[in-house]
Parts: sequence; structure tokens; C-alpha cells
Amino acid sequence: MKVIKIDKKEWDKGIDKSREKYQLFGPVKSKNNHIFKKLENDQPLDMEYKDSVLSPKSVLFPQTEKILETTLDESKDDHHIMKRADTDYSPRAVIGISPCDAKAVQLVKLNFDTKDYRDPYWCDAYEATTFIGLAVNRPSIYDFSPSAGSGPFAEEGLDVLLVDCGNEYLAKVLTDKGEAFLGAAGFTRKEDAKHAETIITKMKKEAEDAIVSTISTDKLKDKEILDLHGAPFWDDLAFSCINCGTCTYVCPTCWCFDIQDETKGNMSIRIRNWDTCMSPLFTMHGSGHNPRAEKTQRVRQRFMHKLKYFVDKYDQGTMCIGCGRCVKHCPVNIDIREVCNTMNSYEPKSENEI
Amino acid sequence: MNKRTEKIRELASNLLKDGKVDMVIGFNQGTTPMATNPDIARSPEQAEKFIWDNNCSINLANYLADRKEKIGIIAKGCDTRNIVNHIVENKISRDQLHIIGVPCTGMIDKVKIASEFDDEIIEYNEDTGSDSDSGNNFSVKTASETKELLKKDYLKANCSTCMHRNPVIYDELAADLVEEPVIEDQFADVRAIEEMDSKDKWNYFDDLLKDCIRCYACRNACPLCFCPTCFVDESDPQWVGKGQNDIDIRTFHFLRAYHCAGRCTDCGACVEACPMDINVRAFTRKLVKDSFEIYGWEAGLDTEKRPPLDTFNPNDPDEFIK
Repeated sequence: MKVIKIDKKEWDKGIDKSREKYQLFGPVKSKNNHIFKKLENDQPLDMEYKDSVLSPKSVLFPQTEKILETTLDESKDDHHIMKRADTDYSPRAVIGISPCDAKAVQLVKLNFDTKDYRDPYWCDAYEATTFIGLAVNRPSIYDFSPSAGSGPFAEEGLDVLLVDCGNEYLAKVLTDKGEAFLGAAGFTRKEDAKHAETIITKMKKEAEDAIVSTISTDKLKDKEILDLHGAPFWDDLAFSCINCGTCTYVCPTCWCFDIQDETKGNMSIRIRNWDTCMSPLFTMHGSGHNPRAEKTQRVRQRFMHKLKYFVDKYDQGTMCIGCGRCVKHCPVNIDIREVCNTMNSYEPKSENEI
Repeated sequence: MNKRTEKIRELASNLLKDGKVDMVIGFNQGTTPMATNPDIARSPEQAEKFIWDNNCSINLANYLADRKEKIGIIAKGCDTRNIVNHIVENKISRDQLHIIGVPCTGMIDKVKIASEFDDEIIEYNEDTGSDSDSGNNFSVKTASETKELLKKDYLKANCSTCMHRNPVIYDELAADLVEEPVIEDQFADVRAIEEMDSKDKWNYFDDLLKDCIRCYACRNACPLCFCPTCFVDESDPQWVGKGQNDIDIRTFHFLRAYHCAGRCTDCGACVEACPMDINVRAFTRKLVKDSFEIYGWEAGLDTEKRPPLDTFNPNDPDEFIK
């Protein structure tokens, strides 16, 4: 293992140097919150950010993304023929992504990059991206990532893991892509790997020990889908839900989208937007029939997808990495930890009891 | 436990015990600091979980529209005003309701409180005190410090200009009525925007909406927004673009606000629900002010009167409408 030591005094200079070769994305402050955004030319990163209301999923999967375009001008030979939009897929780096958000990207990848189908927009962006993670030294009370298959120092999906040691970062190089980025930034001072590992292991343990919030997921896989689907708790659980899209939009693993065509003058574009299963429109048929017309059905769908259908389909754990954003931002405090534990411990009544 | 919570539990339990209602809508303690969870109690045992504190900001009238049951509801001043709206607009009938009114002393602004601390809030406790001063002091704890704060310094913006803290319609009360504050200048915030030149105004609203993610939490937390299909959700034909286009985002907010003209009670649920901390009230406040200044109208005070933009009067003093 290779570890690079970065003096924080050198940080800004190195980041600026990396801009020559990379488009940078990172946490920036917007009003009271941090969001992950593409940085303007010399816009600084805020590496002291504590959490970001929106996850970095937008780096690969923008809320609105132009995917195709055409002209309606019939004097042009190629009018009405949709062509791939001219998106910049030159190398990009997302700096300061938390380990659980990086794991989330790997879960989203299961959907966009499959054996049968490769989503070109997401995959091209993914391949262009280097993930420079920032270990979470002081996890939030909303964080339950260790029991959701990730953790404050987890490395899955990262190219580099930065560990903030006060005056310096220890940068654990995890892939060649990561090494290339550090090289482009001029961060090359090697640290003794053994010494670094001792420090990182200690900090990792402290961070993990600080997380007390957990979910239990061990029994989800063995549950019958229809038992959970027909469980009696959904109506009560969904009562307070106002069916806004907050949980789905702040979620780093919610990948559903909607395709729209828009025209202005002779310009016609096809865009894809984040969609939310909380909205009745998500399932509205052209006929006017809506198979998920009731709020309870939509709430159930969100949790069943994350905690049961996904578990069964991919065998990669739940489609929740424990970042806690939905818990923190839900206006009515619907808590996925409680829902998950309720589902995990649910035992249907046997027929004799009914 | 504070006295309001005690009384709410007692009244709600009795309603359910006596079979006067099928369910009671109230607040449960949330799972995280300063969070509450609207819930229904169908049994006296469930009603024992209800609480009342400075974080009961969400408007429970939002859960009433079109329900068929006989319902008990815990309602602070603004919730009752929205219940009046619902009755006027035929979303629920008065006979279906048993209103447990809660004279309110204001709710607190979580964003403002969080901004006082470097670290995340991990614990929140209220001074229970006597009935009248319950919650006036509270303590907030982070990993590095604990601060004692006064509610009067951290009232939500809408609570600090509220002059209808007492329920305007109720069957029972969970506490003695409180004194209504007299606010000399309740629209200073709106005037500040009105006085901007057009460029500043443009920039102000541009900045206001720049983080909007169109989750529609503002709309969905709003008791007024009960349209079976909101105009932004119309799909056949589609009325508004669905992307992160500035004009589409503005269209949503402007139209939603206008749809609330003369109906908005300034309960602040929209702001409370917004995950991006957008002051959605900046739109509706202007309409609250205009309704008040042009028509002398405050929404949700009288079940016998329809909102001003919902009526026609042959004796209207304005010539243009005749």
C-alpha cells in the first residue's frame, strides 16, 4: 500500500494544479448547507464541510441532464434526428466524497452498467471520474453506515482515501487512477506505509466506535416478498408521509429518472431528470390509470425497493448505505432505520392465527 | 413531561375511550433531536405517546383533507385556521372533527439554532416549567458544548409575527388561552422586498430559489395544496417543464403562491419542510399582506366567509369588475 502525505498548506496549490488536467467537483457552501458542485475556475473546496444535504450522485447523474439534441429546422439534412449531446467527458475528479457516498456510486453502477445494457451517459461520466474520498473522523449522529455495508473509513469505490490528521492529510492510494490524480496535483511525498497504517487504523476504530446508530438487515433476504408487501404496518408507517421527493432526491442511491423532450424555437433536446417514486406521476399510465395511486403504496415501494427487491436481485446488501440524509431531512421524521428494523423483524402470522 | 403534553394525552385518550372519535391526529416524539412525527392514535394507549414541544411546526390540518372518519385533532392556532379553510373549502366537515386546541407560544427555528453551533446538535431538552412558560428555555447540546437558549430569540419567523396563537375554533383546550401579541409592524420583511428596485428584486428571488430541487416538500406540507393534480403534475397535456430550468422552477413557486392568495395562514409549514432551507414564505407573505391591506382579510378566521379572491359581490366598490 502506498500512502502520500499532504501538508494542508500545500493543499490549495495542489488542487489548483490538478485543475489543469481535471474538472473538479466538490463540497461548496450554499446558504446554510453544503452541496457537491462542479467548481468554477478558481472556486475553492470546503474540505471542512460536515455533511452535504445533496450527495455527490449528481456528479455522474445530474438532476437534469441533456442527453440528446436535434434541430427542427427542415432545411437542415439532419433535422429531427436525435444526436448525443455534446457533454464534456474529459477527466474529472470528485474531491471530498465520503466513503459511504462512494459505496453508493458502486450500487448505482449495478443499475447503469449491466451485462445487458450500458447507460452511456452515466458510464462515460463514471469512467472519466476519479474518486478522492475523505474519511469521516467525526461521524454524524445520523450516520449508520457500518451496519449498512459501508463505514466512515470504507474504501470501496474510492481511488484515494484522504485521512484528515490535523495539519496534514494522509492519502491512501487505492488505484492507479488515484495515483494519477495525486501526481497531477503534485502530491508525491511518500509516507512510511506501516506508520501511516497504524495511524489510520486507530482513527478508523475511533470513528467507527463513535457510531451507535444501526440497522438490522440479516433477515431481509429470507423474508417472502409477499409477506412483507402485505404486512400490516405500511398504512401506519405511511400516515405522516407528505409524499414529497426529499428522501429520494437527497439519497445517494436513488437512481430513478424520467425522460422529457423540450423544444425552444428550432432547438429540441431530450433531457433526463431525477424522478421520485413518492410522486403519483411516477407511475401514472398514459391511460390515466395509476397502479400506485395511494400514498401507502408509494411509501411501501420506496422501502421495498431499497430493502427487499434490491437485496433479492443483486445479493449485495441493501440499497441503503447509511448516510442518514433521508432521516435528517424528512420533514415528518420518517426514519429508514426504524422501517428497516421493522421489516427485518417482521414475522407474518401463521394461517392458524389468522 | 410538560403540562400541555399531559393534557393532550388525557384529552386524546378520553376521546378514544369514550368512542367519540375513530382516531386522533397528533405529534409523537421524533427519532432524532428536535424532530417530531405526526401520527394517528386509534387507541388510548397510542394517545399516550403524543407530545407537545417547540418542534411541533408541521401543520396537522394537512392530514385532514377528504378523510371520512370522525377525527380528533391536536391543533395550534395556525392549524385551526387551516381547519377553518378546510371547512370553508369543503375538504372536511365541522361535524367530523373534535378539535383539541393548543394555545401556542410559538415554534423554534432549527436552522437558526443550528447556525449557533459549530458541531451537530445531538440533544435537545426543554424546560418544562409551568404551563404558561413551558418551553421558554431550552438547552441544546453538541459534542463540544451545551447552551441554554431562550425561545424568544429563536422563534420561527412566522411565529414571531403571529397574532393568532390561540386556536380560532376548538372543542376543548389543552391549556389556558395565551395573550395574543400585538405586532406593530408585521410586514416589515415584505416591505423590504417591495422597496427594492427591479434589479435587486430579481437578484433576490434568483438567489432565493437557486438551491430549489423541486422536491415539492413546500407544496406537500401545505394544507392549502390539496388539488387532486397539481398543475406541475399535469401530464396530459403537460403544463410546466420538469427539469432544473430557472423559469420552470420560478413558474412553480409563483403559481403555487398565487394559488394561496387569501388562503395562506402563514403557518410556515412550507419553510419547515424545505430540505434546502428556502424561505418559501417570501412569496406567500406578499399575498398575506395584500389580502390584509386591500381587503382587511386574514385567512382562516371565519367558517362563514369565503376568501376574497373566491367571491363576487355586485356592490364591489371597484368599477373595473362590474
